[in-house]
Amino acid sequence: MNQIPEIFRVIPVNNFVILAVVLFSIGILGVLTRRNAIIIFMSVELMLNAVNLLFVTFSSYKSDPAGQVFVFFIMAIAAAEVAVGLAIIVMIYRRIRSTDVSLLNNLKG
Amino acid sequence: MVQNLFYFLSFLAVLSALMVILSKNPIHSVLYLILTFFTLSGHYILLNAQFLSIVNLIVYAGAIMVLFLFTIMFLNLKDDSFTGSRLFFHLGSGLVVFTLAGLIIMKVATAPIAVADDAHFDSQIGMVENLGKVLYSKFLVPFELVSVLFLSAMVGAVMLGRREKGEKNF
Repeated sequence: MNQIPEIFRVIPVNNFVILAVVLFSIGILGVLTRRNAIIIFMSVELMLNAVNLLFVTFSSYKSDPAGQVFVFFIMAIAAAEVAVGLAIIVMIYRRIRSTDVSLLNNLKG
Repeated sequence: MVQNLFYFLSFLAVLSALMVILSKNPIHSVLYLILTFFTLSGHYILLNAQFLSIVNLIVYAGAIMVLFLFTIMFLNLKDDSFTGSRLFFHLGSGLVVFTLAGLIIMKVATAPIAVADDAHFDSQIGMVENLGKVLYSKFLVPFELVSVLFLSAMVGAVMLGRREKGEKNF
């Protein structure tokens, strides 16, 4: 019943960490290079999921449920964030008829 | 077997994550993001976190992505992708990100291999029963605070999305 599943023996934590780093980097790249606000938002979701993967990995390898509870909270907060963020994007679209963030330069002075 | 599954899921996750930021049509980006979430749910199952795997599918692939799709459907977006005028900026950001990721990956790849230890391993921590007990005892206050946060986010979204006076269309 309580024996260690095969994955925890054959796949080291390092592989999961590398995967999470790669996903997070792709998210940063998306935020930096894309100009569509919705795609930028999706890249942020990607970064959140990379962090979630890291949390679950360490939680499972160390047998500590706190990590998985934190992932639960992160998901809840991400849902709230998406609701507000998409409302803001819709408002931006109403004002300038586009979701291109490079058009939002009113604070440039 | 498990190794093959891990590498397949990882390859698919990285590929679809790349397609999220590379595809020109935002709808395709959303669909690739859903594929990424499915592969991550596969990873959670591999990691013995069945509850989070299902929650990931329901919350992310189900609710959040439908919200994205609805917004894109409303907004009638034009295709925009990498434009030549900002090539220098793209190259710079790519260089910075690759350097950062490369440094971390080099460090992690040369670190000592870490696997689970036999002594206090518990294969049941990812089940609903165990997580529910922890959530409703140790993390009860944060759990209630999250519900307040949800309420305020809901009110905020409705307030933001409300049509203002004098706006004709949309």
